Amino acid sequence: MPRQFGTAIAKWLEDRTGFGAAVTPILGHTVPRRTASFWYVFGSSTLALFVLQVATGICLALVYVPSADEACQSLVYLNQGAHLGWFLRAAHFWGSNAMVLVLVVHMLQVFLFGAYKYPRELTWVCGVLLLLCTLGMAFTGQVLRWDQDAYWGLGIGASIASRAPGIGQGLVHILLGGPIIGGRTLSRFFTVHVFLVPALLMALIGIHLWLVLRLGVNEWPMPGRLVDRETYRERYEEEVQRDGVPFFPVAARKDMIAMASVVLAVLGCAALFGPHGPRGFPDPTVVDTSPRPDFFFLWLFALFALLPPWTETFILLVGPVVAIGFLLALPFLSGTGEKSWLRRPGSVLVAVSILLVIGTLTGLGTTSPWSPVMDGWSAMPVPVAYVKGRSPLELRGALVLQAKQCRNCHSLGGEGGLRGPALDGVANRLTRDQLIQQVLQGGGNMPAYGKNLSPAEVTALVAFMQTLHPKDEPVARTAAGPLTRAR
Amino acid sequence: MCPIHEFAAPASPSRRSFLFTLGLVLSGLALALAGVPILGYVLGPLSRRAAQTWIDLGPVASFPERETRLAVYENPYRVVWDGATAKIACWVRRLEGDHFQVFAVNCAHLGCPVRWFPQSRLFMCPCHGGVYYEDGSRASGPPPRGLFEYECAVREGRLHVRGGQIPTLSEPV
Repeated sequence: MPRQFGTAIAKWLEDRTGFGAAVTPILGHTVPRRTASFWYVFGSSTLALFVLQVATGICLALVYVPSADEACQSLVYLNQGAHLGWFLRAAHFWGSNAMVLVLVVHMLQVFLFGAYKYPRELTWVCGVLLLLCTLGMAFTGQVLRWDQDAYWGLGIGASIASRAPGIGQGLVHILLGGPIIGGRTLSRFFTVHVFLVPALLMALIGIHLWLVLRLGVNEWPMPGRLVDRETYRERYEEEVQRDGVPFFPVAARKDMIAMASVVLAVLGCAALFGPHGPRGFPDPTVVDTSPRPDFFFLWLFALFALLPPWTETFILLVGPVVAIGFLLALPFLSGTGEKSWLRRPGSVLVAVSILLVIGTLTGLGTTSPWSPVMDGWSAMPVPVAYVKGRSPLELRGALVLQAKQCRNCHSLGGEGGLRGPALDGVANRLTRDQLIQQVLQGGGNMPAYGKNLSPAEVTALVAFMQTLHPKDEPVARTAAGPLTRAR
Repeated sequence: MCPIHEFAAPASPSRRSFLFTLGLVLSGLALALAGVPILGYVLGPLSRRAAQTWIDLGPVASFPERETRLAVYENPYRVVWDGATAKIACWVRRLEGDHFQVFAVNCAHLGCPVRWFPQSRLFMCPCHGGVYYEDGSRASGPPPRGLFEYECAVREGRLHVRGGQIPTLSEPV
């Protein structure tokens, strides 16, 4: 009886809505057999993560206060007070990381499988816009955390925007909602993160999926099977007819496994590692802080440190335009021809190079060897072995070395900054005169200490540094020998 | 009551095209009337010229000579819900007497907060390693210029600076 009742309800719903009749052919549409592969699951996995982000995001918005005064406190409350608030914050954070990651994998797969070629140019363009929106969500989301990283991250954003010639100042004001970072800024980023970009994302996802359905999923690329505008569609139709399988359930079961796996992985990370931040109350008068961006922007952080200063403004402004322009133009530049990565060594090389560059920069970003270790001078004492058996003058030099913050940039015994060279064997490399010159005049990216050290301090410091050499290796000397007074 | 055939009568082509044109014009007008204020509102921060104002940093006596101290002021464009972000810090260097230099904490490279080290008389930036001398000039690292310096003046024994906006390369304080 209940079963009949259920069927009756279903029939009634179908009669009034026609939903089943509309969806069934979409679910059951035929796709080329070889695309029912685990290589084709990254798009749907990204979608699953997006849905997770929407769900957790709505939950967070129930508590989050988008006010500069209280945002940080509401996050602390989410972490500690709200029931399961910590878990949802963690899931949203790890979900965002995973979404960027899986999206990039999806993009790589599409690139290497030549799926952006005729007739799927617009699907690729739409995907590039989705990538930009997702990165926009990542940046604005980081701002909503409204901690010290967020505050100074905004400062970095404003500094970059300000370099645009002519419109820099206007851009900064539009970005910040005023002349300075404050309450208006947070409200602005909240609106962009919660209303504007999500609406754009949903619209673009709709178009993206529509295009996939209309043009069919990219067939498995066979080396030597070239894309030709005249014959491609016919051949694709023929392949689907001859050797097609219904998307649901044949291909969809792998999608479902992948979607569940990424969501489970995110939930696992959330449970294991917990939420991220807020890292420090956003008080701009607390200058004892070392701002760091979130994972997805670490490579940019590294790039800013390592670019030669004279190229910086040019690359900051022109780089993104060129990169985005290239991505958008790609399907129109190489819309036909070979699809298989096995016959596109150039494309593989480009993809691998980009990955290596971004990966290396990210790795460097996590350690940031270019940043001075701000407490190196006070937290890392001179190793005992380096002061044993030294003369009083040399010991005084060791004190000068500590007190003048040399250790913030120079390491000793493996501890200290990496901005400048390690000082462990410095006496091997530089003579006494060279040491004095380097300390007084600086150079090679080192400040000049001439005005900040008394002659006595310089003498002591250099005497200590001359003891810094391996036991069996002599100190560096000028070949000419010491200058002697004429007799 | 109108007779029903009046409604059913086909409208003349001129009447149809008139209605269509009217529809277009009215929609355009509605779009403009809604769109102009929306755009104006969103771009509002552009039009409000951020006139710098003079800000009181406190009595001159609170800054010892030949020393550099952190001073805090409230941003003049603050709103009630700014919270702690309404507070802005700056580095005040008093040379001698009424001779002052006031620097923004924002590094000239990408805006991170620079820290003062009185022992080595250097400002260091924790982000990308920019270093400045005590007079604000660039010492090393990626910054393209020295620290941003506020215009300052001493009036009635109190130090004043002109400020109120985030210092950037296109708009130094």
